[in-house]
Amino acid sequence: MSVNGNQRVDLEVVANLIPPQSRVLDVGSGDGSLLELLQDTKQVDGRGLELSQRGVNECVARGLSVIQGDADKDLEFYPDKGFDFVVLSQTLQATRNPKLVLDELLRIGDRAIVSFPNFGHWRVRLSLFVKGRMPVTADLPYSWYDTPNIHFCTIRDFVNLCEELGATVEKATALDAAGQKIGLSMPWWFWNFFGQQAVFLLKR
Amino acid sequence: MAALRAGKTNNEADQPSSPVLRFGPDKPLKLDAGTLLSPFQIAYQTYGTLNDARSNAILVCHALTGDQHVASTNPVTGKPGWWEVLIGPGKIIDTNRFFVICSNVIGGCLGSTGPASTNPATGKPYGLDLPIITIRDMVRAQQMLIDHFGIEQLFCVLGGSMGGMQVLEWASSYPERVFSALPIATGARHSSQNIAFHEVGRQAVMADPDWHGGKYFEHGKRPEKGLAVARMAAHITYLSEAALHRKFGRNLQDRDHLTFGFDADFQIESYLRHQGMTFVDRFDANSYLYMTRSMDYFDLAADHGGRLADAFAGTRTRFCLVSFTSDWLFPTEESRSIVHALNAAGASVSFVEIETDRGHDAFLLDEPELFAAINGFIGSAARARGLAS
Repeated sequence: MSVNGNQRVDLEVVANLIPPQSRVLDVGSGDGSLLELLQDTKQVDGRGLELSQRGVNECVARGLSVIQGDADKDLEFYPDKGFDFVVLSQTLQATRNPKLVLDELLRIGDRAIVSFPNFGHWRVRLSLFVKGRMPVTADLPYSWYDTPNIHFCTIRDFVNLCEELGATVEKATALDAAGQKIGLSMPWWFWNFFGQQAVFLLKR
Repeated sequence: MAALRAGKTNNEADQPSSPVLRFGPDKPLKLDAGTLLSPFQIAYQTYGTLNDARSNAILVCHALTGDQHVASTNPVTGKPGWWEVLIGPGKIIDTNRFFVICSNVIGGCLGSTGPASTNPATGKPYGLDLPIITIRDMVRAQQMLIDHFGIEQLFCVLGGSMGGMQVLEWASSYPERVFSALPIATGARHSSQNIAFHEVGRQAVMADPDWHGGKYFEHGKRPEKGLAVARMAAHITYLSEAALHRKFGRNLQDRDHLTFGFDADFQIESYLRHQGMTFVDRFDANSYLYMTRSMDYFDLAADHGGRLADAFAGTRTRFCLVSFTSDWLFPTEESRSIVHALNAAGASVSFVEIETDRGHDAFLLDEPELFAAINGFIGSAARARGLAS
């Protein structure tokens, strides 16, 4: 379900937010890279939910606890606060109802970690502004008609949604095109312009 | 010939060629039907060696017409064990590493007490005098076998179809005794359609005049035609339309033209007749009635106030569920509802759906993706249990 499989610079940033031995649900666990990283380095009790059957079978063959399911439909079956952390990595923009999904993440997890590609990045803006075309970049390689990414947002949009859902942003990180963290002291507009990816730690 | 075969099956029922554990009057089996079964016996096979910590035991639960001969030659058919593709030295479930136990279920006909066993009160086979046996009764008996081995916690309980129902029952009734559970191609209840197919099979058996109200042994007969028809109907449900068409199409059997009669013109007819005929050689008709009934009665949610999640409340067992895309007996949705219940119970659960056109019986076949999933699951569970590889 992670729809930008080749661009996972956010994984380490996500992993660094999670203390050892936590209970973690990875929504959109893809081929299990994050879960495996977390199990190996943080000894977490990790579970995964993944849309593609191929991804699930790979994960289970690697010894990970992953089930086939849809973030839009299957999160309702998880109990309140069943996990310390619920991670949604590079998947929010591919859900049908991002607001509901985010709401569910905050219900299921004590904390939610969300990473997504920033549609406010200058390259995206430039493409639309200069070429008048929907942007196709290295980390967003799809054309408008075949993209699984149906609900793009910018960092500013996401911050607004968090406020609407009553979620507190405990930590936020923006990564530039090279996967480097952008300085903490920078204002939101700067992140929104130069951040290619964003990682948020949320609590409600 | 029929009487000879009947005699052979009857021998295997009372004096199986596998090890057997006998429970006297001091240890009756409590049945869901509300009665006690006593004395009774469990026939079983084991493979590999139980380690000193008694932590490497795997219990395999067999399906409707399976038996304890999971990984060694079947004494009745002379064929290899029914899951030798999976279990054995160096196999995915490696008997050099694990101690594998498989027992004939109560109600079966290969050595555990069932309708073909001699009723000590009459000296004749139980027939229909045996109380109805449930999945939970089978598991209760298995638990007594596990006690006999001094095993506190099974490393894994696995099985497909009716075996999967036993796995779910084990995990629900004895959660602390099951470290990991692997139910394959199964459901937490038998669907209306599945009960319907079973009823067709039972009616076929009972409509055979040789059935004699279940007392066929006393008449020196066996309801072979009825049981064969039951097996033929059931066998269709174990396959898929696509697989049948791929294997048989409309191909004719040993002939170039239709015969304009009711002989087996088509290969599929011939194949089903063969399946029916070979089945009656190895299985007891009354046992077939009891086995199908046990599955019909299975409804794990109903045993827990209608909420399946409550069947697994507080469980620490690691689960892995497997379904097959073309299985219309236990479709993926059946597994998915178990997964949702396990999620709600906060359980550790994996779930894979295997793409195949081989239908329900795929779990018995060489399916590389199934084996990869089992291998991954068993491997990680073994690491978590601290079992050396």
